[in-house]
Amino acid sequence: MLPTDKLPVEPVLQVRGLSKSFGSNQVLRGIDLEVPRGKVVALIGPSGSGKTTILRSLNGLETPDAGAVTMGARDAAPSGRKGAEKPLTVDFGAASPSKKERARQLAALRDRSAMVFQHYNLFPHKTVLENVIEGPVYVQKRPRAEAVAEAEALLARVGLLEKKDAHPFELSGGQQQRVGIVRALALKPQLLLFDEPTSALDPELVDDVLAVIKELAEEGWTMVIVTHELAFARQTADEVVFMDDGVVVERGPASQVLRNPKEERTQAFVRRLLHEI
Amino acid sequence: MDFNLFWSSLGPLLLGAIQGTIPLALASFALGLLLALVVAIMRISSNKLVSGLGRVYVSVIRGTPLLVQLFVIFYGLPAVGVKIDPWPSAIIAFSLNVGGYAAEVIRAAILSVPRGQWEAGHMIGMSRNQALLRIILPQAARVSVPPLSNTFISLVKDTSLASLILVTEMFRVAQQVAAFSQEFMLLYLEAAAIYWVICLVLSTAQTRVEKRLDRYVAH
Ligand SMILES: Nc1ncnc2c1ncn2[C@@H]1O[C@H](COP(=O)(O)OP(=O)(O)OP(=O)(O)O)[C@@H](O)[C@H]1O
Ligand SMILES: [Mg+2]
Repeated sequence: MLPTDKLPVEPVLQVRGLSKSFGSNQVLRGIDLEVPRGKVVALIGPSGSGKTTILRSLNGLETPDAGAVTMGARDAAPSGRKGAEKPLTVDFGAASPSKKERARQLAALRDRSAMVFQHYNLFPHKTVLENVIEGPVYVQKRPRAEAVAEAEALLARVGLLEKKDAHPFELSGGQQQRVGIVRALALKPQLLLFDEPTSALDPELVDDVLAVIKELAEEGWTMVIVTHELAFARQTADEVVFMDDGVVVERGPASQVLRNPKEERTQAFVRRLLHEI
Repeated sequence: MDFNLFWSSLGPLLLGAIQGTIPLALASFALGLLLALVVAIMRISSNKLVSGLGRVYVSVIRGTPLLVQLFVIFYGLPAVGVKIDPWPSAIIAFSLNVGGYAAEVIRAAILSVPRGQWEAGHMIGMSRNQALLRIILPQAARVSVPPLSNTFISLVKDTSLASLILVTEMFRVAQQVAAFSQEFMLLYLEAAAIYWVICLVLSTAQTRVEKRLDRYVAH
């Protein structure tokens, strides 16, 4: 399950000039972002600054108005879908394609990335195991036995193997989120997206989930993590990107941005978060 | 009260329920649900023509009396050369009727499933149709159980209207016995009691099922 290191260190994700408005509310104003293979980028910023909208755009859940998203080449897509060995670029600024073509582009983005949601969004009518294998078996058409074995190994890693036949309502928030992470991993994405994975959790459940994510980082997964947990960001992220009001205000190594921010807006934000804790 | 008549008519009435009322309700409900599912999916389509057709259907069904629908099919259609027997006429009319009401129930249930469920489906790579089939409808089905059982209970009572197009269900049996014995009060109360018992059983079952299903739905 380790992402292969055979390929040169190239960006897994490259975002250029991403813009998005909801009505007259311009939420993203030309975002650039680059995530090299195996690196972790933490995205921080005040509420409403557009962090979730970026992740949703990367996962094809939102259609930006302009900008381009490039996802790097990989050995092979788990679904065996063709074209994985070539980089994928979706240019949202280009003359709007047919509905069908657009749907195909968004699906291609999803084929390469997987998302962990703030509110887990597990499928309540399915068991833990069914939640995890739904994508691999039903969508990617991988052999069921293989998908189950992989799912069980992943569940064991996050300490939830004995819950595989439970339904989400029988789990704590922290357990549900760990299942959410396993569900994303089982898709074998090249990019993992986390949207405030611990902000819906009771404080005592946060650490277990963060520990899992930290392990994934050490293992070499490429990730973009939206988080308010600054200590976690400092320990885990290679780069921290601070955004406000739809623009990137400051970016750099985690220790620099979080300890000695250059921009006033970053300083104010970091100070406020530290005081809250 | 003539208790002899009460007991001696109980058998024929129950037989009318078992051979008429209940199969008529079950068959119409099953067909009506299928139709409702199709109409509900039409209603949420992004294609204006498709959703418009669904809306007109629901509007016509809900905006006209069931009795009139029944009469149009049984007494009206022969005028244009379509002659349908009482039983099929009743099943067609009741199915169309259930289709209209249940479509709205199912549509509301689909819309009640949080958007995050669609998104999680898309996230794992599903198309809209795949997400609808595998993620949304199973949850919508659970949400639909209470209101659909109400639809079914109404239907059981409404089948009495089929007596007016000569279907021998329980109420027609009651009418026949009443006409013969001239004991109208007794027979109609007896029929009412049987309807009531059937509906009590159904609503008890409904309450039980409801509680169990709610946990398998996202809130
Ligand atoms: N579907 C939508 N329709 C309309 N406006 C939206 C929609 N989604 C987001 N917005 C708006 O876009 C802005 C940015 O939202 P976004 O969720 O990306 O912010 P965020 O940085 O993730 O905030 P938070 O920290 O509160 O999660 C907000 O003003 C929000 O109201
Ligand atoms: Mg957000």
